[in-house]
Amino acid sequence: MRERVAKGWSAGLAALLAPVTLWLGLFFLIPLLIILVYSFGTSGIYGGITLGFNPGNYLKVFDPLYLEIIVRSFGIAALTTLICFLLGYPLAYFIVFKGRRWRNALILLVMVPFWTSLLIRAYAWVVILGGNGIANKTLQFLGITDGPVNLIFTPEAVLMGMTYSYLPFMVLPLYAALEKFDVRLKEAGKDLGASRWQTFVRVTFPLSLPGVIAGSILVFIPSAGEFVIPDLLGGSQTVMTGNLIQNQFLQSRDWAFGSALSVLLAVLLLGAIMFYVRRIGSDKLEGV
Amino acid sequence: MKRISRGRFLRTMGAAGVAGSTLSVLACQPNTSAQSGGGGGGPEEKALNFYNWADYVAESTVPDFEKQTGIKVTQDFFSSNEDLLAKLQAGGTGYDVIVPSDYMVAIMIKSDVVQKLDMAQIPNSKNVGKEYKGLSYDPNNEYSLPYQWGTTGILYNKKEIGQLPESWDPLWDTEFEGEMSMLNDTRETLGAALYKLGYSVNATDQGQLEEAKAELKKQNPLLRGYFDSTEARPLVQNGDLLLGHVFSGDAFLALSENEDLDYVIPKPAATRWTDNMCIPNGAEHPQNAHKFINYILDAEVGAELSNYTYYATPNEAALPMIDDALKKLPTYSPTQEQFERLQVIEDTGEVTREYERIFTEVKSS
Repeated sequence: MRERVAKGWSAGLAALLAPVTLWLGLFFLIPLLIILVYSFGTSGIYGGITLGFNPGNYLKVFDPLYLEIIVRSFGIAALTTLICFLLGYPLAYFIVFKGRRWRNALILLVMVPFWTSLLIRAYAWVVILGGNGIANKTLQFLGITDGPVNLIFTPEAVLMGMTYSYLPFMVLPLYAALEKFDVRLKEAGKDLGASRWQTFVRVTFPLSLPGVIAGSILVFIPSAGEFVIPDLLGGSQTVMTGNLIQNQFLQSRDWAFGSALSVLLAVLLLGAIMFYVRRIGSDKLEGV
Repeated sequence: MKRISRGRFLRTMGAAGVAGSTLSVLACQPNTSAQSGGGGGGPEEKALNFYNWADYVAESTVPDFEKQTGIKVTQDFFSSNEDLLAKLQAGGTGYDVIVPSDYMVAIMIKSDVVQKLDMAQIPNSKNVGKEYKGLSYDPNNEYSLPYQWGTTGILYNKKEIGQLPESWDPLWDTEFEGEMSMLNDTRETLGAALYKLGYSVNATDQGQLEEAKAELKKQNPLLRGYFDSTEARPLVQNGDLLLGHVFSGDAFLALSENEDLDYVIPKPAATRWTDNMCIPNGAEHPQNAHKFINYILDAEVGAELSNYTYYATPNEAALPMIDDALKKLPTYSPTQEQFERLQVIEDTGEVTREYERIFTEVKSS
């Protein structure tokens, strides 16, 4: 009897999962496999690819130039994640614990940027930070600067643009994690003589770690592969892995090397995330 | 290689396009039903698929053709030559007329993705000026006829810095540090360095390329950034930049809106590029495609086209109908001496990847 129930349940589950399996298979798994197969191919001079086993595409990655770009991309992504965390945590904390009846409205405001395309918003920064933009005009009006200063087309502008773009990906999981938090635990901490800071460090923060982990991953992954913002806000002087991959397909006509770079980026990201989850995961165990 | 809207928008969409065409390699079989050379055959369906750079036809061009011939034109847009090539290589695109740039025409002929034109169906080909015929990428114009052409040079603020010499040196002048930009285009920007050194834009010699790299590395810290022509134009126009490496169409647009600006074709050499009309292999409406190419090469149609895009026409018969305001702009009608210093970018085969690597290295230095 029990077996039949379990079976029926799994058939229903299979039916429910079929569409998403098909979707992911067709539009995620198969393209991923194509990239993997291509990464061992040999690019024709005029684009296109001859399939085979050519590990040379991976060896090319060890060119110091490309290694440096990959390392730099991960550095920028890590910095973006850190800044998003430092800005996002207080924001999520504030919305959950101090937002009161404004809570839903405030979290909606965090999501508002998603209503417009990332490209449009990135272009908006070009206008805001430009020589005659609002930022420069304001600085001059307040007497902080005499003439227009270079705010845009700098590495800092890239970092700012990425932080701006990915901040909601940090805030939303943090909000979800903190929202579930049982306020009585804070009261218990207080009753047991802990200061507010101690309560936060030993109770609230450890319990919100799943949100921190999810948020960090959601910010880190797209940041490491970013290619639009460095071009738009960095004047193309900050080359990231994403730009490198894009160029292999659209300029060099080297699909095989582009595919190898894509696979490598995916593997490195996976490795970084596993390392991160393990580290934070074990800290969490020690902390509680 | 370069149109009014080579914006990032389109470029990004182009990236998505390549991803899409990768899939379509599996999904589609190349269309072989209409591989014929174009001549003869029965009447065709009244349809034409035109694949062009964005914002690169006059508003009246397509509607007038439809009115004249009853052929319904479907327009689609690409953002880079490589994007266009990738789509054609994947097959089954259904495009009848495409507009590749010079070096890409050569690649397409070598890759056997375009078909020979039947000149008997294109009587207006006689309107093409001799300077625009028989260029190195298609020496006998068997596969292509020119659509528009232009140059790559320096747009600058004459009011602020005075008249510049016809030279590439100002783009390396420390006096303009932080107020200059180069094109975010591998061949053009490496080309500028090669021109400056007195080499060919199609250099394949490792030593010459190394020298060009050294020049560009010297220049990189002086630049505000590497921009598309369409991005650099407004920056020079509103005073954010003093000098910008741009395509002529953007320069002419800026010049006609702001009298303080000027445009030079530097010595000893600069790029002259041409976009061309071709018919892909497997086009379903080759007769209509020939009709359309013939229509574009009509004097009046050609003039309207260039008056709209601000690029130059290869159509000699159209020249008298080009707006006077345009003709008066510096270098819009280059002098013989200016014209002779122009070079055509050719495909560099395997060395293309070396160019790309150098540009990546320069940008990240």
